[in-house]
Amino acid sequence: MSTVESRLLTGGEAVAHALCQIQPDVVPVYPITPQTPIIQTFSSLVADGAAHTEIVNVESEHSAMSAAIGAALAGARTATATSSQGLALMAEVVYIAASMRAPLTMAVGNRALSGPINIHCDHSDSMLVRDSGVVQLFAENAQEAYDLMVMAPRIAEHPAVSLPVLVCQDGFTITHAAEPVCMLEDAEVRAFVGEYRPALRSLLATESPASHGPFAMPDYYFEFRRAQAAALEAAAEVIAGVADDFASLAGRANHGVEPYRLDGAETVLIALGSTAGTVKDVIDELREDGERTGLLKIRSFRPFPAQAVRELAGGARHVVVLDRADSPGGAPPLAADVAFALADCDATLRSHVYGLGGRDLHPEAIRQIFHGVAPRYVGVRGEPCPV
Amino acid sequence: MSRLKTLVEKRHGVDPLRGGHALCQGCGIPMVVRVVLGTITRPTVVVNATGCLEVATTRFPTTAWNVPWVHVAFENAAAVASGIEAAQRALVRRESLPSVDDVAIVVFAGDGGTYDIGMQALSGALERGHRFLFVCYDNEAYMNTGVQRSGATPFAADTTTSPVGLESFGKAQKRKDMTAIAVAHHVPYVAQAASTYWHDLSLKVERAAAADGAAFVNVLTDCPLGWGHEPHLAPHVIAAAVETRFWPLYDVVDGRYRLTYEPLHPLPVERWLEGQKRFAHLLRPENARLVEVIQQNVDRDWAELRRRCGDDEKGALS
Repeated sequence: MSTVESRLLTGGEAVAHALCQIQPDVVPVYPITPQTPIIQTFSSLVADGAAHTEIVNVESEHSAMSAAIGAALAGARTATATSSQGLALMAEVVYIAASMRAPLTMAVGNRALSGPINIHCDHSDSMLVRDSGVVQLFAENAQEAYDLMVMAPRIAEHPAVSLPVLVCQDGFTITHAAEPVCMLEDAEVRAFVGEYRPALRSLLATESPASHGPFAMPDYYFEFRRAQAAALEAAAEVIAGVADDFASLAGRANHGVEPYRLDGAETVLIALGSTAGTVKDVIDELREDGERTGLLKIRSFRPFPAQAVRELAGGARHVVVLDRADSPGGAPPLAADVAFALADCDATLRSHVYGLGGRDLHPEAIRQIFHGVAPRYVGVRGEPCPV
Repeated sequence: MSRLKTLVEKRHGVDPLRGGHALCQGCGIPMVVRVVLGTITRPTVVVNATGCLEVATTRFPTTAWNVPWVHVAFENAAAVASGIEAAQRALVRRESLPSVDDVAIVVFAGDGGTYDIGMQALSGALERGHRFLFVCYDNEAYMNTGVQRSGATPFAADTTTSPVGLESFGKAQKRKDMTAIAVAHHVPYVAQAASTYWHDLSLKVERAAAADGAAFVNVLTDCPLGWGHEPHLAPHVIAAAVETRFWPLYDVVDGRYRLTYEPLHPLPVERWLEGQKRFAHLLRPENARLVEVIQQNVDRDWAELRRRCGDDEKGALS
């Protein structure tokens, strides 16, 4: 186990240091708040020679993901980073990266989508690429952001997966807040991620040429999509294996779900990201009050750990899902997945949307949610007004 | 200097682009691809924007390509090439590749993927100076989707989205000068060429492939379907574009313009218009004024090009 002492780092800095230790070959990237501290920190590490990476300062996020695909398929270990509108702009190419099975990693500083334009956290950007076929891992704090970033290349590059892996951290709440972070030694990270051995034939292998990204009509398109879905399903087991290895190395577990005080819980709250930390504090207080409640934190949103959700929350009386994104006119994304996972269970399901555009979720609001007295949209003022 | 015989010789025993693809009879694109890939002697990776070439050569599970080939989307071919070039440099640094010069990177995109939706990614890649060659096969409209007007469609052309009608003479705007836009990026090599002038094109590709940085070659490429002419007349139609000075052949080396072909007896612009259905309406008497405007535009653009070339005999490759 590593003996390195903790350093005071923001989530953005922690991920930049993880990238520096991974030393990706190519990082095409475009600035956007609140991702920018990641690429700024990483750029200065590269400028000082701490990492040897080709940073390509592209002219848009669309080109960032496009260049990342080109680099990954040319046999380079590749990473990028983005937020919000950047993820929205590159969404077209995120889908294609997954379908081309480009094994790359992307740090996401989650931020609300326009409009109105806003720079603070919610998960609507990640949810926009929910169905793209990429792996999406959510961090609760800077430490997890670092840990998941170190784990990400092994998941992305596993031959059974070969997909983009997004490591998501809440904008500002994690990206810009300094916390003690335990880093591994550089050599430990290098050994953990290992050499990049591309599963696909490289574009630079001119003696054995391959065509990447062909045109597939109704006679083959469906098979492509099914194979891609199977790869994402296979990622669940790969994530578990990589998390086991990481736990042996670092002493910290980062599996697809984290159960918190679920023993005998009659009410189970389910959440993604930094809110899980606040919910844990509230659960401690509620437990002291004699309430039988716990949290099921989802780290791996895609692939969604439906079986674990069923096993850990299916026996509860009440399941309460907190979504930091909305699906106007339908079920919020996390609630929809949980509902599908618990379809055969007896638990009642409540769904709340909170924290859009960076609005705080206070402990008192979480207590109201637990007691069933919170509105569906938590923390919003007044009644909706007409245009 | 390449000869036609060496251009069509097989590389490593195989054609880089084999027959059996689904491009139309008379289409100029495969000829452009063969001249470009036949000229470059190094192993080559091809990046293809969405369009006729991509759709017609890679219907899964078949492919017409015997060189590494990648297609991601319509607007981002230059960005994909940027990533490949960055990977090349990174792999050379960690000694997984011997040299960045071992493999040439060539992009093929139509005018839509170059002038319009692809221009941002192209501009970024040119400005960053990646070592790659971007070849635009410019057939002056969105042919793959059924002949819609693009930024490359000439003034007064009839397309399905600039149709001639009772109150319309076709496209109301001039085409954009994409070659000059590329020049404005201060890249070492930019050229304008035409599909059937294979010798001129091959010389330009030689220079482009030797450039220390990004290179852009804009190739007027016939489309019998969209232009409305018999497939076998393609060489005559392209020749008319060049001989009327509608499409001058020139290159720009480190910012210095040079004509590579000068029509000795320039033809009136009607010779270019008359062979194509998309211009048929212009030959009606009531549209004589439009033809005058087109001729004036051609004359003015030619004078401007001569000015950029230094407007003396040394400017021409004679």
